[in-house]
Amino acid sequence: MSIKTDVSASTCIDGYGSAIGMPQLCTDWASNQIFWLVVTLVAIFFVLSRLALPRISAVISERQGTITNDLAAAENLKSEAAQAEVAYNQALENARSEASRIIETAKAEIKQELDVAIQKADADISLKAAASEDAIADIRKDALTNVKSVAKEITSELVKVLGGKVDSKTLTSVINKKMKG
Amino acid sequence: MTQMASSADAKDEGLVFHPMDQFIVEPLFGAGPVHWYTVTNVTLWMALSVVALILIMVVGTSKRALVPSRAQSIGELAYGFVHKMVEDVAGKDAVPYFPYIMTLFMFIVLSNFLGLLPMSFTTTSHIAVTAVMAMVVFLSVTILGFAKNGVGFLSLFWISSAPLALRPALALIEIISYFVRPVSHSIRLAGNMMAGHAVIKVFAAFAGVALISPLSVVAITAMYALETLVSFIQAYVFAILTCVYLKDALHPHH
Repeated sequence: MSIKTDVSASTCIDGYGSAIGMPQLCTDWASNQIFWLVVTLVAIFFVLSRLALPRISAVISERQGTITNDLAAAENLKSEAAQAEVAYNQALENARSEASRIIETAKAEIKQELDVAIQKADADISLKAAASEDAIADIRKDALTNVKSVAKEITSELVKVLGGKVDSKTLTSVINKKMKG
Repeated sequence: MTQMASSADAKDEGLVFHPMDQFIVEPLFGAGPVHWYTVTNVTLWMALSVVALILIMVVGTSKRALVPSRAQSIGELAYGFVHKMVEDVAGKDAVPYFPYIMTLFMFIVLSNFLGLLPMSFTTTSHIAVTAVMAMVVFLSVTILGFAKNGVGFLSLFWISSAPLALRPALALIEIISYFVRPVSHSIRLAGNMMAGHAVIKVFAAFAGVALISPLSVVAITAMYALETLVSFIQAYVFAILTCVYLKDALHPHH
């Protein structure tokens, strides 16, 4: 700090270049400060309102727009995915009902065939049973007549052996009577 | 310092306090009286604040990147900060006045921070500067209030929610507080800036004494941190009070 001998011709600075009291209260400088302040504020205002603020607001709104668009696109994709899922589920449901329908018809066909086969078998069986019954009836009839003839012969032989006389008609009636029991 | 000590002045040899010398306005080129048009240190530091503003708000955002760079983030942060303040405090219909408040805020915050540089000159520490801004705010807000609401603007001083008997007294208090606004508005900023810088300077003078100098350095560091905070807070306070006054002008009914 060098000695200034009243160079600034100011009432606010002493002979050594130091402030007298508060420089803030020195009215000599006020007009200078006010002038340059106004110039500065006008300059700042124009830089801000003409250049900086429109640019920054444009950038911010553009970013906001991009974010909104991206979110909307994401929302679209999400709904598309949901639709795809619904379609997939629908297809699955259809396939399931189709499969169960096929199973149902197959079962019905099989049952029908089975019924026909069983009916046929039953008919066969009843036919065969009837034939067997006829055969059995024939055999029984034969056996009955055979028994009669054998009994007649044995009886006539017995009667002969015992010294009787065989009357064929009586013998037959007796045997018939006995066999009827 | 030696020259000072050698002078016949009764000043102490080791400790010479000139905490207010940093606020002296002097011509940048040569010597002579300071006229209103003289290029002074005021001019230099105000011009530097414009340069800083252009660097941050114009050069930094020149890429208009969707994903901002650091410089662009600062510009957008400042924009968003003040814009939100205007919208929240003064209301949606105050948004057209946002560039004016942004101008004040950016000038104050940049001047405050530039003033923190060593050897710099803090333009906002002068009442002449802050008073002009406060008066501009006061006058434009008052004119705006009458232009928007006509005589209805006076209902700002007539508190309809208070008992009728109290209203005249309250009106008197309201009117006084209204006219005190530019005073408190300007002195708050200039006083804060001046006090902090003067305190740092006083601590710096103590650094001349070897024994106290470590403590002095610690104290300067602490004060510097505090002043960094104050620099921002005072700019914020100035801007938010402007928003409050603007809100009163747009909506004078309580």
